[in-house]
Amino acid sequence: MSDVSLPEYKAKDFATDQDVRWCPGCGDYAVLTAMKKVCAGLGVRREDLVFVSGIGCAARFPYYMNTYGAHTIHGRAPAFATGIKLANPELTVFVVSGDGDLLSIGGNHTIHALRRNMDINIVLLNNKIYGLTKGQYSPTSEVGKVTKSTPYGSLDAPLNPLAVAVASGCTYIARTVDVDVKNMTALIDRGVKHKGTSFVEVYQDCNVFNHQAWFYASQKDSKHDNTLMLEHGKPMVFGKDKEKGIRRVGDKIEVVELGGDVTQDDLLIHDERNLEHAFLLSQMFSPEFPEPMGVFYCDPDEPTYNDLLHDQVEDVIRKQEGKTLQSLVSGNNTWTVK
Amino acid sequence: MTSSDQTSKSTELTSVSVRFCGDSGDGMQLTGSHFTDLVAFAGNDFTTAPDFPAEIRAPRGTLFGVSGYQIQFSSNDIHTPGDAVNALVAMNPAGFKSNLQTVEEGGIIIVNEDEFDKGNLKKCGYEEGYNPLDDEVINSTYNICKVPISRLTRESLIKEDEDVSVKDVDRCRNMFALGIIAWLFSSDIEPTIEKITHYFGVVKNKKHIAELNSRAIKAGYFFGETAELFPARYQVAPADHEPGEYRRISGNEALVLGMATAVEKVGKPMFYASYPITPASDVLHGLARLKHFGIRTFQAEDEIAAVVSAIGASFAGHIGVTGTSGPGLALKTEAVGLATMMELPLVVINVQRAGPATGMPTKSEQSDLLQSMFGRSGECPVIVIAASSPGDCFFMAIEAVRLACRAMCPVIFLSEGSLGNAAEPWMIPDIASIPDIEVSHPVSDGEPFMPYQRDEHGNRPWAVPGTAGLEHRIGGLEKEDVTGNVCYDNANHALMTKQRADKIQKLQDIIPELEVHGDSDTLVLGWGSTKGSILAAVAMLEERGVNVATAHLNYINPFPKNLGDVLSKFKRVIIPEINTGQLRMLIRSEFLVDAIGINNCSGRSFYVNELADEIHQVLEGVQS
Repeated sequence: MSDVSLPEYKAKDFATDQDVRWCPGCGDYAVLTAMKKVCAGLGVRREDLVFVSGIGCAARFPYYMNTYGAHTIHGRAPAFATGIKLANPELTVFVVSGDGDLLSIGGNHTIHALRRNMDINIVLLNNKIYGLTKGQYSPTSEVGKVTKSTPYGSLDAPLNPLAVAVASGCTYIARTVDVDVKNMTALIDRGVKHKGTSFVEVYQDCNVFNHQAWFYASQKDSKHDNTLMLEHGKPMVFGKDKEKGIRRVGDKIEVVELGGDVTQDDLLIHDERNLEHAFLLSQMFSPEFPEPMGVFYCDPDEPTYNDLLHDQVEDVIRKQEGKTLQSLVSGNNTWTVK
Repeated sequence: MTSSDQTSKSTELTSVSVRFCGDSGDGMQLTGSHFTDLVAFAGNDFTTAPDFPAEIRAPRGTLFGVSGYQIQFSSNDIHTPGDAVNALVAMNPAGFKSNLQTVEEGGIIIVNEDEFDKGNLKKCGYEEGYNPLDDEVINSTYNICKVPISRLTRESLIKEDEDVSVKDVDRCRNMFALGIIAWLFSSDIEPTIEKITHYFGVVKNKKHIAELNSRAIKAGYFFGETAELFPARYQVAPADHEPGEYRRISGNEALVLGMATAVEKVGKPMFYASYPITPASDVLHGLARLKHFGIRTFQAEDEIAAVVSAIGASFAGHIGVTGTSGPGLALKTEAVGLATMMELPLVVINVQRAGPATGMPTKSEQSDLLQSMFGRSGECPVIVIAASSPGDCFFMAIEAVRLACRAMCPVIFLSEGSLGNAAEPWMIPDIASIPDIEVSHPVSDGEPFMPYQRDEHGNRPWAVPGTAGLEHRIGGLEKEDVTGNVCYDNANHALMTKQRADKIQKLQDIIPELEVHGDSDTLVLGWGSTKGSILAAVAMLEERGVNVATAHLNYINPFPKNLGDVLSKFKRVIIPEINTGQLRMLIRSEFLVDAIGINNCSGRSFYVNELADEIHQVLEGVQS
């Protein structure tokens, strides 16, 4: 946008003068840290970055990033981001919001942003609870969740965000956990560079209303048995000493202990270009399976909606060259009164 | 029909109202549209009104599947499609039954008698053994012309040595009927034949269909000439239009062209996001074709996504526009509030329809004035403007963009189904003579950027992402004055609430004052589509020796600066509306004027004589 060379950014350059008002210990801080690192390393000017959010604790995010930002209304961040991206495709556009915002009130906008392959970057901060309204169950809460609004336990089955992403045709699908800032930074960074919608689910701890919800996947003593780091083209192994793996049996998968008859050659190889495989990964839940972290799926070849629109506009302009507004307004069915 | 002159050949009339009706698959809209072309080329003034069912192809022959098209054409200046119909074309018994009451006593009714068989009569609820065409009362009330249109069309088009499909032939019945009407009203059918030949022959590459349709219209015309069905032939002289180049235009077409013109005048691209809804979809269809005029359209997943993406586009520096009808506006409510808080330009087009809820999508109503004014959470003023004729939609579309950019504020632009779909002759404007719309975007001066620092008109700067040094965050939370930071301070909220309202009131300085026509102690005040009916009714009253003054509002928020003065000069104010009194409520509350309403909430425009009578009654009531 400018011929002056790109400034050297550091993560702290993206801090604003606003006090960060999340509860101390909230998982959102880690995402903010990761995001500043991502922005510093993108090679994109600060003024070309736009953060968009809906409503909820996570949706305060734009106020804390020294870029352009819009804190919109509940659930509508993907639609707002769509308008920005279609008006100015040169901008790098983020949507950062929570599970209630993106999957409940805004579920419709999320799936349609994903299916269009709009080149925007959606970061879902999933804490499985409504925090800002002080602790009601969310669309990702487990069945039987006891909250203020469900004193006898919630009745509805949770939504599976990454299965929704797969079904919606999202072209970059990844998952991480809030405490793993390094991995989160890498996954978001790759998602931003991906041409098309990137959807990154972050397991995020709400330490006030749903503390420890993700501890099985985030804590040192439990995470190795309950998560699996995906690597494209590599066998799917997990456990503290990589002693366990995932094996395909017919059209099902199972957890196996390595050693004896079972070697790494027997294990399922992660293929991030395989959509069916991605769906399978989205169905793996603890305690039966380790929950995959990393890139579930990436298809860099699908055209983006914004590129298609740009090409269509250019094509029409070429074909209609020379048409004047006056001739359009006059039409081709006129008569003269003398 | 009002007759002014007798000639040996044809009777001269000043105004004629014709209605075509039949099954929704009978091509009645097309027939009406072709006939409109003929009267337009003949130089008549005209107003049209389609009347179609919501069902796309209702079962044939049913009452709810009847589609109608009414046109009034005249040698005078006219503003409505006419009250009672002078000539009705009914292609089937259902059309006949559901439109009979629209025909004036003694009016001509041309029916396709072939369709009045047992089955079709039963479908629309006539008792067995009864055929309305044989009814003595009906025959003595109307001038019924029974024409075997189905049979005659086949006989004219199917020749022994030609291989044509009967289905294609039957589809030409409407053209046969058009030929009869064209003969009856002395219209030259050549322009329609040319158009059909071009459309089917060249555009669709179906020469045989072009040929069949042309032959059908000629056959109908010659039938009219030779059959001596009608006691006389009629003629309407050209209207005394101002010299210039004209086209025919509907409100939705005018709106589309107005938006394209606004884009050129503002020098910025437009982003139009919409979700299909009757009767506003034609605006989306029209704008979708104009990518080469700086317009990008986006069919969103729902009404909310449409308005929100338009606001996003405005944030990014485009002119964000969304279009809908009443129920869609209800869904957009919260987002309009967001644009009000963010203080970004936004145009929301509402082509109103009869409500509430789904209501009557194909019927018109001035349904949403109060929704537009107040239908949001909190103290949330927006600019509200309304178009008063199909052609006026062009100019008000440009106004909508101008005011939205000027005040950094949403504009709700009210059109109506009866404007959107109605057509009238329109003198083509000279685009070059339309003034530019001024917009500026700030650049950094090195100082910290203050997104809510207001200019002398009370408007904040429109800083666009991509501009270095102006990075800022805005949102739906209350803003601190000047800095735009989130702020819950009591005094600040009071100040911001006032500022959001004041900047809209300040627009009074750049909108036209209200014009009053006529000299009387009674003012008839209208807004929107009622302009045509009011003018015609007032002219009718003048003929009766009753004078009233008129004024018409295009700007509702803010009102024109002189409205209070105008109202204070009249003893009584009458407000006709196609609702139960929404403008009346505003006028009463704002100016403490005891305005009298004349209200019609039946899904159609006022009939001129009905409105004239009601105004007359109000005046007589006051005198007695």
